[in-house]
This record gives sequence, structure tokens and C-alpha cells, in this order.
Amino acid sequence: MSAYDLYEPVIGLEVHIQLNTQSKAFSSDSASYGADPNTQVSPITLGHPGTLPRFNEQTLEYAVLLGLATKSQIREWNEFARKNYFYADLPKGYQITQHTTPICTGGQIHFRLEDGSERVVNLTRIHMEEDAGKSMHDQDIYDSLVDLNRCGVPLLEIVSEPDIRSAQEAYLYLTEIRKLVRYLGICDGNMEEGSLRCDANISVRKKGEAKFGTKVEVKNMNSFNNVRRAIEHEIIRQIDLLESGQSFTSETRSFNAENGTTFALRSKEEANDYRYFPEPDLQPVVVNEAYISQIATMMPPLPHELYARYTKEWGLSDFDARNLTDDKSIALYFNELSQLVSTAKSAANWMMGPVKSWLNQEAKSLNEFPMSPSKLAELIALVESGKVSHSVAAQRLFPELILQPKANPQSLAESLNLIMDSDEEGLKAMVDEILAAWPEKVAEFKAGKKGVLGLFMGELMKKSKGKADPKTATQLFNNALNA
Amino acid sequence: MQIDKETVRKLAHLARLEFDENSAETMVNDMNRMLDFVAKLDAIDVSQVEPLIYMNEDVNVWRKDEVINTITHEEALKNAPKKDTDFFRVPKVIEK
Repeated sequence: MSAYDLYEPVIGLEVHIQLNTQSKAFSSDSASYGADPNTQVSPITLGHPGTLPRFNEQTLEYAVLLGLATKSQIREWNEFARKNYFYADLPKGYQITQHTTPICTGGQIHFRLEDGSERVVNLTRIHMEEDAGKSMHDQDIYDSLVDLNRCGVPLLEIVSEPDIRSAQEAYLYLTEIRKLVRYLGICDGNMEEGSLRCDANISVRKKGEAKFGTKVEVKNMNSFNNVRRAIEHEIIRQIDLLESGQSFTSETRSFNAENGTTFALRSKEEANDYRYFPEPDLQPVVVNEAYISQIATMMPPLPHELYARYTKEWGLSDFDARNLTDDKSIALYFNELSQLVSTAKSAANWMMGPVKSWLNQEAKSLNEFPMSPSKLAELIALVESGKVSHSVAAQRLFPELILQPKANPQSLAESLNLIMDSDEEGLKAMVDEILAAWPEKVAEFKAGKKGVLGLFMGELMKKSKGKADPKTATQLFNNALNA
Repeated sequence: MQIDKETVRKLAHLARLEFDENSAETMVNDMNRMLDFVAKLDAIDVSQVEPLIYMNEDVNVWRKDEVINTITHEEALKNAPKKDTDFFRVPKVIEK
């Protein structure tokens, strides 16, 4: 047993999600990403004297939606606070945030580990706040360049309890949050573009120990993989220090993606003192029951609910259910398709097979898939009624329908001459012809080499251009050979 | 509360301001005078009074999520002491 096995990591994550509102949290300038620098700013964003912020109702709607989705308690009386600090990308000198009255408390995030077992991470709080602008330090020798387009864009900060026990769990938790906010349609969840950001609080303690160890905060992990790498590295670093008898202080460290290590960011001497106080420029926000019920009606089906339905009610495997709920548009399409076909399993097979292969091949998302669920259901029905074989449907009719998504699958199959031949008379003639052409194989079959049936079937498929109904054909061969 | 040079130094750091020794001395005196003035309130018993944060009792003063651009890019940069065509320019601040 190595020394590392004696320790247990204790991890809590702070996740910031940028809300995809049209305008900013407290002013009407555009909140969209990627515009030319400093073109989406207003006197409020720039912190000019005499300006007053005004709250964007969409921010609240999204906060309550996320609160309901995580089964959080939604606070009735909400106030904003000023978090004071001096930095060039925050011109007014304070960030508007919620300090003592976070909109949500005590929610939960459910996700699945690789072995299919469920994990629950408790949330301390979710609160509303505004983003800061962006500073660039590497583009000029003497100056830092500041772009304030992002300044004032609404954020929700999701703070977890220290419930996470490994880098992999942190990764899965974060993936679940991204999936959730995408289902809710409140954030695009793009970590590389910074619309989803994550800081980790990490400590280690001897297994069985109740007290937490010294906590280190790690920042600047700008991809899902980097979150995992940074936490893995930090756990090892802390255990190594403790095992060699060294202590360390609570500090903030930054992740260096180039070599996978962390380095100390702020020394204690410069510790921040945010001097929080209530924001008098924004009136309190009161969230009543009626408002919450109204938001609840906008709730889409959520991934873990769909997963439960697919596995428990519809009998799909863990693998199928995971894949079908990973992406909201795929889940919704599958949901609709399942209502239209005889079994969820056949709908799942078509989604996981032909549909996903097409999406992968074309590098497209499901929104660009031309066939409606009802069209695909008609195609599946053709297979299930035995009119078209599965392989012909998947390999020939399916691509044809993608080109002509309005066509009727059955007429299309007829015009392409793909309707399966289960006409016994016609098939019988072909079967006899084949057996007559391969006397030595017939002898082998009769001597017990049943595998040659495959060869006969292959010949029949060639002759019938893939249209022979395999069931009828097998029957016919067996009858003839065992006669 | 008594303001001393250490308090002034700390506040100056938080506000990213610089003082020479003499100005710091003046600052200590000024701030102490301000605090003495406000300290008159200590004479009143406010233990039963709710803190006043808001100037009226309105709640839920919201706006619709609509984009209204009020100033141009040029106007935004106009008052900046240092700028280029695109950006505000500030003395280099590096977090490492």
C-alpha cells in the first residue's frame, strides 16, 4: 500500500456559469460574446458617476430555474451587495453580487460514476452576480489592454459542499453541471470560451480523520481535462508535503496547463479585503410562490429524470440511457421517436446506430438532422412489418430519406425496388437454383457442416438484390436440404 | 475607532493609491476628523432601529431583457486617460 492510499482528498468546487441573456445583469448593453472590444458598453458598465443599475429580470428567471432543477431552496427576500476591489477590468470598483442572501441554498447535483452508481453532491449556495471585463497582459510591452464587453454580464456562482472525493468525481460533477445548464438553456457551457469557469478548493486528510486539512484554492483551469489534471496534481503535491513532514498555508494557486503543475498566486500579505456592504442602488428582489410556480412550468425534462425513465420504465441499458441523455436535442428527439414506434429499444437502436453515425460522419448536431421523428418512425415501421430488411433500411433507404426528408418511406422503398421479397414461390425457385449449382456444398451440409448455409444465403441475397426476407429464406433452405 | 498610519496604508493599498509620508500624516488627521464627526451618532440609541439601506420601499424594480445600446465605441473610450483604437490602456497588471 502506498502512502497516497492513506489519504482522502476533500474537494469543493465553485463554478461560474455565464447566463446567455441578451443584455447585461444591471444595464441594457449587449451581453453577447465575441464582439469587437469595447463596443458593448454603457455608462453603467464603465462606472461613470451618477449612473444607476437596473436588474435584468431574465437573470432571476434563470437563477430560479437552476434552483428548481437542483432542488434548492429558493429565497424569498433577496438583496444585492457590493464586493469592493480595485482592478482595471471592473471600473466602478466593486462587483455587484449576493453576499448574505444567495437566491438558492441547499440543492443537489446527481451524477453517475463509470460503474453506473449514483453520486450526490450537495450545494451550499447559488447566487447571482456580474462578470468583470477582460484584461490582456501579453499584447503590449508597457500596458495591459482592457476590454469591458464582458463587464456586467450576468453570472450564477454554484458553490458545492466539500463532498467531492477525487479528481474524476470533480470532472463528472462539472460535466453534469454543463449538461444541466445546457438542458435548461441558460448557459452554453463552453469552458474554452469562458462561459463556464471553475475554481477548486482542495485539501487532504488521513482516512478516518474527521477534521479537514489545510485548504488550497486552485484557479485558472480552463478546460474539463485541466480541472481533472490540476486536482490530481494538487492532491499528490499536498500528500507529498505532509509525508515529508512539511506544513503549508491556505493559499490560492494557479494551474499551469503546460506542465500540469500549480503555483502560488497571492501571498497572504496582499490578502483581499472585500468590505462587503449592501448595494443601496438596487431595490430588493422578492420571489413569491406564484413566481416560482410560473417558472416551474418552463422546466424542460432533465437529464437524470430521462435517464431514470429510460432505464427503469423503458428497460434500456445504462450505456444506451447515458448516450441518449448526454445531449438535450438527442434526448428530445429520442423521446418523441419512442412514442411513435412499438418499442423504445428499436428507437434507441436507430438513434445509437444510423442516426449517430450520420451525425458523426457529417460532424453535425441533431438540430441539423433533416428527418423528422415521425418520418424515421415510418421507416422503422417498414422494417418491423417485414417489408424492408434492417440492413437495406439502414444502408440504402435511410441515406435516401436524408436526401429526400419529405418523401414517404414506403413509396420510396417501392420506387427503389427495396421491398423485401417474402413471396415463397419466387424465393423457392431461387433456392432450388442455388442448391443445384452447388452440389458439393449441399453434400457438405448433409455431412454436418451446417455453416455452408451462410454461403447459400449470401448467394440468395445476391440474386434477390438484398430483398429476400431472411426468415422465409432460411426456412426454405432448411426445408429443401433436410428433405 | 482611531485611524493611524497603518490603517491609511492598508486603505491606500486596497484603493491602489500612493502617499508620501507628509500626505499620509494629513490623511490620518482628516480621517480621524471625519470619524469624530460621525461618532456623534454614538450618542443615540439605535439598537431598536433597522438599518436604512434603501431610499424607498419598492421591491422588484426590474427591466426586460432587451438590448439598448446607448453609447458608441468612440464615446466609450473618449474619457480614458490612455487608450488605443480598440482598448483602454492601463499600467501593466500581472497576477503572477
